Amino acid sequence: MAGGLPKSSESNTSTYAGLGALLMLPSWVMIGFFLVLPVGLMLVYSFLTKEFRGGVIWEFSLAAYDQFFFDRGLFGDDPPVIEWTYIKIFWRSIWQAGLATFFCLIIGFPTAWFIATRTGANKSIWLFLITIPYWVNLLIRTISMKFLIRDNGPLNEWLLSLGIISDPIHMINTNFAVQLGLFYSYLPFMVLPIYASVERYNFAFSEAAADLYASRLTTLRHIILPFVKPGIIAGCILVFVPSLGAFLAPDLLGGAKNFMIGSLIEEQFKGNAGNWPFGAAVSMILLSMVLVVLTFYARQQSKGGVR
Amino acid sequence: MKKLLKLGASALALTIAASAVHAEGKLSIYHWFEYMPQELLDKFAAEYDVEVTMDTFDSNEAMLTALKAGKMGSYDVTVPGDYMVEIMAGEGLLDTFEPSELSNFGNISPQWVDVSFDPGRHSSIPYQWGTTSFAVNRDVYSGDIQTLAIVFDPPAELQGKINVLDSQGEVIALASIYLGIPQCTSDRDQLRALNDLLQSAKPHWASFGSDTAKDVLVSGDAAVGMIWNGFSAKAREEGANIEYAFPKEGYVVWMDNVVLLKDAPNRDNALKFMNFLLEPENAAAITNYAQYTAGVEGVEGFLDESVKSAPELNPPAGGKGQFIMACSQDVQAVYDKIWTDLKK
Amino acid sequence: MAKKLDLRRFPGFLPLTFLCLFLLYAPLIIVMVYSFNDSNSITNWGGLSLRWYVEVFTGVESEKFKSAAINSISIAIMAAIISTSIATLAATAMLKAGNFRGKSVGFALINLPLMVPEIVTAVATLIFFSAIGFTTGYLTILVAHIVFCIPFAYLPIAARMQGIEDVYEQAAMDLYATRFQTFRLILLPLMTPGIISGFLLAFIISLDDFIITNFVKGAGIETLPTAIFGSVKQGIKPNIMAISTLLLLVSVVFVTLSYLVGRMGQNKKVTTD
Repeated sequence: MAGGLPKSSESNTSTYAGLGALLMLPSWVMIGFFLVLPVGLMLVYSFLTKEFRGGVIWEFSLAAYDQFFFDRGLFGDDPPVIEWTYIKIFWRSIWQAGLATFFCLIIGFPTAWFIATRTGANKSIWLFLITIPYWVNLLIRTISMKFLIRDNGPLNEWLLSLGIISDPIHMINTNFAVQLGLFYSYLPFMVLPIYASVERYNFAFSEAAADLYASRLTTLRHIILPFVKPGIIAGCILVFVPSLGAFLAPDLLGGAKNFMIGSLIEEQFKGNAGNWPFGAAVSMILLSMVLVVLTFYARQQSKGGVR
Repeated sequence: MKKLLKLGASALALTIAASAVHAEGKLSIYHWFEYMPQELLDKFAAEYDVEVTMDTFDSNEAMLTALKAGKMGSYDVTVPGDYMVEIMAGEGLLDTFEPSELSNFGNISPQWVDVSFDPGRHSSIPYQWGTTSFAVNRDVYSGDIQTLAIVFDPPAELQGKINVLDSQGEVIALASIYLGIPQCTSDRDQLRALNDLLQSAKPHWASFGSDTAKDVLVSGDAAVGMIWNGFSAKAREEGANIEYAFPKEGYVVWMDNVVLLKDAPNRDNALKFMNFLLEPENAAAITNYAQYTAGVEGVEGFLDESVKSAPELNPPAGGKGQFIMACSQDVQAVYDKIWTDLKK
Repeated sequence: MAKKLDLRRFPGFLPLTFLCLFLLYAPLIIVMVYSFNDSNSITNWGGLSLRWYVEVFTGVESEKFKSAAINSISIAIMAAIISTSIATLAATAMLKAGNFRGKSVGFALINLPLMVPEIVTAVATLIFFSAIGFTTGYLTILVAHIVFCIPFAYLPIAARMQGIEDVYEQAAMDLYATRFQTFRLILLPLMTPGIISGFLLAFIISLDDFIITNFVKGAGIETLPTAIFGSVKQGIKPNIMAISTLLLLVSVVFVTLSYLVGRMGQNKKVTTD
């Protein structure tokens, strides 16, 4: 990491050395027992034969993965060709989640910065201000958002009355609305981690940089951003990864005309399809993709010495 | 932190205490949320001295999945839709009873005794029934709406203003009815035609949505909405100038049923409950609450005037309603493919 | 004093912050307004009325919604406290405890709940619970919530901890503080903003969960999301808007109280802030 900040020096006397496994124990027990075991079962399910209307038959089968990668026509007896349907759905979800993460960052970073530069108890007030809207259920918040951006909804009427636009902007059931749904579902998940790391930023560094005639932008890019990078990355993970599987808000606002990964998987367990092995297989493909990216990031991080 | 912990602990204690009421017997219901007036449950509990607990689900398929994933054995009765009764029976999830075990069995409307999904009613009794077609905003369109072409081949002024239910079963059933092909057909040409119809109709649809099927009609976001009749009646009461259609090609009839689950921990109380629901007065109470239609004779005297006269709840004589059928595995696989291709 | 520009400010940051607040709060205004709607509709205005508030407190379903609200909030508080504690320990292990066996998979493991789609977690957990003979109910919801809240608490805490140099703790140790004292007196206070952030995120994610809760809940236990999503047979009515508004009110009261308590505490102590 560039930036020339006093990084925690690679000390060989870590304060809690030797306690690592003990401190990790509660999380390993909770996640290991209540998530890894069940999800391991799902991994097994993805290689089993589907039982009609949900459930599995304990017979090895690659049918679920075959369905993902090969298209055999409407009736399943054409010669197999590459199946693009699911790849398209994956690509759409990744693209939407990526854009949502980007917008969350653009809006979330300044907000986090603003909060972190308040004094004393005001900080907590601002943090609460960001999270209070989330006391209201997602479905209700989304329906209200939908109401707001309708063609003849309050937002359009307001813009019309101000004379900013002459015709209502059509937002509902568009890609923009899908974005908005994801963005709106996860905004605090960007703001709070960034806040947590900006809050420790020492403005002496900015002063030093300013004394050396660094512009604001230079200071932001070379001093501040490297310092708050852990917060930004944490925020991006917290927005991007859940966005990949999200569908409720984007579907309600965007019209659900196209599957997202989340709704595709949902359909296998809660829809007419009732194809558990396929739902499990899609999840495992998604899981391994995210896992590869995160492991790569963790490697980079440990290489970079940020421990 | 400590205070919060205390608060949480006392809330926990409160919840546990609340459920510890003494009663002669128990009854565990797995039901839709807000589909049963609380007074009726209380009335049953008081009349038979039974402690009633209710768990809820949000769709037929979610209920099936939860039962298959491990919830079997914890409930006595549940309330699946018509095709789901057939599926659950096929999966071996249902217990049977003899009509003689229910003294009110004779109250069931004759037309709902010998139903395709449970001939002779050995596992289920009718709960409420209704229809699924669509409603049209009369401010936007004044032409003839008694045809499914409004949804699948819409006139120019309705294109791009249609909301369809986000439900494979209902969309494909209505499309089949429009084409005049049997449901669950395995004829390849008919299935291709079905696929083509949906593909050509989709560009005219603004959205898929079930949770907001009513609200898009009330707000005017959609001028046509595929919808259940009860929802359509509510949308009209909320001020939308809409008319519910009974299309000439036919429409979907659905019926929710109370079924007796296999391994029911309280089979006797379950039967008492089912019998209780077949009392016209009680069936009418549900209808007044949910605004669908009871499958029991003799309810008329107990119904609210608005329910009795609602046009949505009274299909025309000779209307062609069909239950959604539970298809074979091969046909269902094609349906899944069609649905996925539609939404890819 | 301030002859230079204020280095804490960047042009454009303030408008973006207000845009953020606008986006967060504009839909809530709709929720609040429509909770006073006289009509059954959540989209058509039918005049001003308190009928939905009356219904929330005295209607036939009021008991159900009250217990759902209590369940939701109590589960969210407990799940957030427990998962934040677990996440704090885990972050200390990952960032402050040198190398240990299993550390390399630690990061992936902790973030696993984020990566598994909710419906899969839901079905798999239900299968697992019934396989090991857990009866579904309040406790199963709580356990499932703790698990999926862990990464939401962990990531802000770990992000915060990465900025904390070892020197403070080393200094404390040099002054013969035990490791527990160091943790409690040095590391924990330094991490407070991260812990608060983690707690808040865990709290709201638990409060909002529907899919997993819907599968692992048992008879008689509803949470607000399962009650709201479950009303498919009746449609969403403005009573939900009234409940939401009341919840907002509760949260505002809660925040105001904690602010006042915090102020009182600050006045007592001599602060060097």
